[in-house]
Amino acid sequence: MSETPIVQVRHLQKQFGAGCPHCLDKESVYLEKNYCTSCGTVHAVRDVSFDLYPGEVLGIVGESGSGKSTMLQGLYFDGDMTAGEVYINQPGLAGHNVLTLSSQQKRYIRNNVYGMVYQNPVHGLKMNFSSIGNIAEKMIAAGNRHVGSMEKRGEELLKNVHIPLRRRKEEPQNFSGGMQQRVQIAKALSNNPPILFLDEVTTGLDLSVQASVLDLIKQIQRELQISMVVVSHDLAVIRMLADRSIVMLNGEIIENGLTDQILEDPQHEYTQQLVYSLL
Amino acid sequence: MSILEVNGLGKAFTIHHLNKTIPAVDEIQFSINAGEFLGIMGKSGSGKSTILKSIYRTYLPDAGQIMYDSNQFGNIDLIQASEREIIFLRKNEIGYVSQFLNVMPRTTCRELVQNALLEMGETRETARIEAEKALTHFEMDSSLWNSYPNTFSGGEKLRLNIAMATVKKPRLLLLDEPTASLDQQSKWKVREIIEKLKEQGTTLVGIFHDIEFMEGLCDKVFDMKTNEMSVSLEGVTHEG
Ligand SMILES: Nc1ncnc2c1ncn2[C@@H]1O[C@H](COP(=O)(O)OP(=O)(O)OP(=O)(O)O)[C@@H](O)[C@H]1O
Ligand SMILES: Nc1ncnc2c1ncn2[C@@H]1O[C@H](COP(=O)(O)OP(=O)(O)OP(=O)(O)O)[C@@H](O)[C@H]1O
Ligand SMILES: [Mg+2]
Ligand SMILES: [Mg+2]
Ligand SMILES: [Zn+2]
Repeated sequence: MSETPIVQVRHLQKQFGAGCPHCLDKESVYLEKNYCTSCGTVHAVRDVSFDLYPGEVLGIVGESGSGKSTMLQGLYFDGDMTAGEVYINQPGLAGHNVLTLSSQQKRYIRNNVYGMVYQNPVHGLKMNFSSIGNIAEKMIAAGNRHVGSMEKRGEELLKNVHIPLRRRKEEPQNFSGGMQQRVQIAKALSNNPPILFLDEVTTGLDLSVQASVLDLIKQIQRELQISMVVVSHDLAVIRMLADRSIVMLNGEIIENGLTDQILEDPQHEYTQQLVYSLL
Repeated sequence: MSILEVNGLGKAFTIHHLNKTIPAVDEIQFSINAGEFLGIMGKSGSGKSTILKSIYRTYLPDAGQIMYDSNQFGNIDLIQASEREIIFLRKNEIGYVSQFLNVMPRTTCRELVQNALLEMGETRETARIEAEKALTHFEMDSSLWNSYPNTFSGGEKLRLNIAMATVKKPRLLLLDEPTASLDQQSKWKVREIIEKLKEQGTTLVGIFHDIEFMEGLCDKVFDMKTNEMSVSLEGVTHEG
């Protein structure tokens, strides 16, 4: 099938620390999981490559500390990556490793091409701004200056994520965790990004709220055909949302495939542990 | 003209922490023509589900070929096909039904069937109309259309399952003991449904426990015990 990925990630790498000759080798005895006992460097993301296709939901699973958030934040330019390439197939961007673009160009991508929902709402929202103000902020960053249309769009988005309109002026700090996540989703969607990153959107929410957030994501995907990377350590979430998934361990991809295949016929020893521990 | 040809299919499961390999199937060989119903017979644990799940690629086979004649891709080996190709085929050409209903929670019966159509790129209006047709066709009481299926009876769940799979008009439908938990009456209803699908030209590969049920329904039988295909149920026993 000759299909062009909307995002191509190649050999992405992120280390906290300078590294040393001992930890260059992935099999080094000095490495305890992702941590080098010789120099103290954390190898949070190691040689990660994958493709994201238009309109698909790609799941990323892995235990705590496996590098999922670091990788997502790297794609979103929240932190500089140590090495690697990222290509986005969008007008004006094709063929450029976006990691090497100027900060102004990166800001353009963040504001117009990407949407991000952080694991911790504190990172995605100004907790003491009104909810609608949080949404408007992103639209202003993308160049929108028309107050009336932003307000209308903001209200429409809040309605879509089931936040009662009478609460639009309220600050997210007064909201429950589930509502904060839904405001984050509304904000991330505000300028119709073709690519959306979701980091543990349902973690810590109670079950019925989880279900409504999952419904919402599924609906967004069906109706807007947005390409999404969904990070979760909850296999049930991944099963529900993603057709294809990637399993990460110690900063590396150890397995990828169709989500049902990963769950029913896991190949890697670690994936088997992860899956069987649920049965 | 065969639509599906399985050649030398082999699959074993390696369980790392037990340091163990479980052989499931070996050297499986059969083929089906478009519009036929192939029944797979064999005792529990003989590898029937493994064959169906290998065709659907829920399992990754270790050996052989599964040649499928696709509308979209022409002749394609389902073992070698890319994940994106398999996803396309699952959305548009190949369906799978088991006795388990595995769906998004808090989604109504009607929405589930509609979503299956929206996934294929149908418009909202077409999806609504086709979903209602399918639910009516499979005799789902309209009072259930707006309810969540977690409260449904086994038979209702199964009919919904079949409606979701068949509303897409799959060319190839895999049935893994869908009737396993049903009473006699519901079973015969499923048989009627299968007959309807056959009339529509759907190719079917099915596993059913009881021979009586398969009689007159399947065109060919693959016997796990002898690893051979025959054209009648005679001589095939379940106890093996
Ligand atoms: N600023 C930092 N300095 C040093 N190490 C860091 C820093 N940020 C993250 N790490 C380390 O990088 C590794 C990957 O962390 P990351 O947050 O990406 O994991 P994760 O897979 O998202 O985990 P979780 O499921 O708990 O959210 C961890 O070992 C973490 O301690
Ligand atoms: N996901 C799996 N992981 C490990 N082993 C498996 C898996 N699925 C099947 N097996 C093993 O493969 C063999 C064949 O199983 P399979 O489910 O295909 O049999 P079956 O003929 O469908 O049986 P039944 O009639 O009981 O459903 C069995 O030994 C089974 O334990
Ligand atoms: Mg994280
Ligand atoms: Mg079985
Ligand atoms: Zn080191």
